[in-house]
Amino acid sequence: MAKKTVEQQETVQEVKQTAWDIVQIARHAERPNIADYITFMCDDFVELHGDRLFGDDRSLIGGFATIGGEKVMLIGHRKGRGIEENIEANFGMASPEGYRKAKRLMKLAEKYHLPVVSLVDTPGAYPGCEAEARGQAEAIAHNLEFMATLKTQMVIVVTGEGGSGGALGIAVGDRILMLQNAVYSVISPEGCASILWRDGTKAALAAETLKITAGSLKSLGIIDDIIPEPKGGAHTDAAKAVAAVKKAVLDNLAVLKKINLDTLLQQRYDKFAAMGRF
Amino acid sequence: MAWFEKAAEAPLRVPTEAVWTICPSCKAYVEKAEWKATDKVCPRCNYHDRMGCRERVALITDTGSFKELNAQVGPNDPLKFKDSTGAYADKAKATVEKTGIGEAVLTGTATIEKIPVVLAVMDFKFLGGSLGSGTGERILLAAEEALKLRRALIIVSASGGARMHEGIVSLMQMAKTCAATARLKEAGLPYISILTDPTTGGVSASYAMVGDLNIAEPKALIGFAGRRVIEQTIKQKLPDDFQTAEYTQSHGFIDAIVPRKEMKAFLAKILRYASGAC
Ligand SMILES: [Zn+2]
Repeated sequence: MAKKTVEQQETVQEVKQTAWDIVQIARHAERPNIADYITFMCDDFVELHGDRLFGDDRSLIGGFATIGGEKVMLIGHRKGRGIEENIEANFGMASPEGYRKAKRLMKLAEKYHLPVVSLVDTPGAYPGCEAEARGQAEAIAHNLEFMATLKTQMVIVVTGEGGSGGALGIAVGDRILMLQNAVYSVISPEGCASILWRDGTKAALAAETLKITAGSLKSLGIIDDIIPEPKGGAHTDAAKAVAAVKKAVLDNLAVLKKINLDTLLQQRYDKFAAMGRF
Repeated sequence: MAWFEKAAEAPLRVPTEAVWTICPSCKAYVEKAEWKATDKVCPRCNYHDRMGCRERVALITDTGSFKELNAQVGPNDPLKFKDSTGAYADKAKATVEKTGIGEAVLTGTATIEKIPVVLAVMDFKFLGGSLGSGTGERILLAAEEALKLRRALIIVSASGGARMHEGIVSLMQMAKTCAATARLKEAGLPYISILTDPTTGGVSASYAMVGDLNIAEPKALIGFAGRRVIEQTIKQKLPDDFQTAEYTQSHGFIDAIVPRKEMKAFLAKILRYASGAC
């Protein structure tokens, strides 16, 4: 029943909404961020800091959380609200220590038999000199291997911007869900436009061509489900938007917990192995 | 992340090019015969020029031992991608015809000093060695073959990163290939990664960086984000040696930098140390 509603909403909205319009909603300054998810979705949250190697990335956070009575490990990119908070959060662009912290927390989740819930919202991994020096590529790459074989249930939700490798670095799991107005892409529309069209102003066209919206990704078989947003976007009613995410997370966890762990891991492997097999 | 970023640096065209090769790195004129004799290594600056996948196979395997696998797997066009220069499907088809290698990676079985291995060798000539769905599929199948035969897997990377024209499906190849290398590791089998010029973006942030050993060729460009993107982000010029194999090794991500002439013997030596795992 809920699924039908989403599809109906989409049909209505697709007429007037372009991919580029959706990009604007996905990037909206007031879009619910991880702090809102913790406030509206979690009965309890214990933040755990640091990668035990270098530092504590404020762009990617995580910790124990209780969601509707379910104990989980919650990780996610962190965008701030306002300039000061955004500078501290580096606008959601994580560094190697963020990905390594996420890996440490996921490992802990496995040890304590807790499912992982990962909230994805980043323009991309931070493209900085220090990030390169400390192994941005290596940090993301090892997370991809690690998540593929992690022995616990993993639900991924792309809540805002799914920016390329920086998003994928915490986005391998058993279920990949996406908010109605989230986007997920191999490159930003602006980046793609400036490289392939040699014209940064062609971003709207690139956004359309790259097929980065939830509806397109569902058709491509990349994501499992679309979570509906309040009319106008999640920022118009954060509590309502987060409640829909909470429900989707709990529904999916309930299904995943019934699956034997070996079967679950085989299904996870098969899921990604099938991507791009036509 | 993209292979196109390098496209602007077209090789110099001078009338003498029938006799001379110009080193892409130091611009020295080297006689073609000498260039060939050194396996495309500049005698003046030791730059290891890009090599075709078949040349590379000949260089590191026993003569006549290579047997190609999965040659039928080629590019897909899940997005029906078209930009200002035309349709991706046409470009991919033309590239297949021009290069005769079917995808950006050549995979098969071979022996190295009589030790059986499964080998995957990327080729920059094929759309900048970009990671498309066919590339990812060939690599996954190569890893599965290594698992089946209980052999070491060797991947030689040469890639600008993801293949934008395949959008999100390209991004997912990072997760897919790492799921495959993770399985090899779980089975205790050796995986050796060789990073050649260039290994960047989505390839460095997936299978190329997760070898049991990461081996690089001298002076190879290795990194996550493109130099220009980083310079624009941090608003500073980067040092000349930034993202070279030597820089990457000094930061702890490369086990050994091995000159081309010594690569086969070095691999054989490593494989003998790893023989207990097969
Ligand atoms: Zn030179």
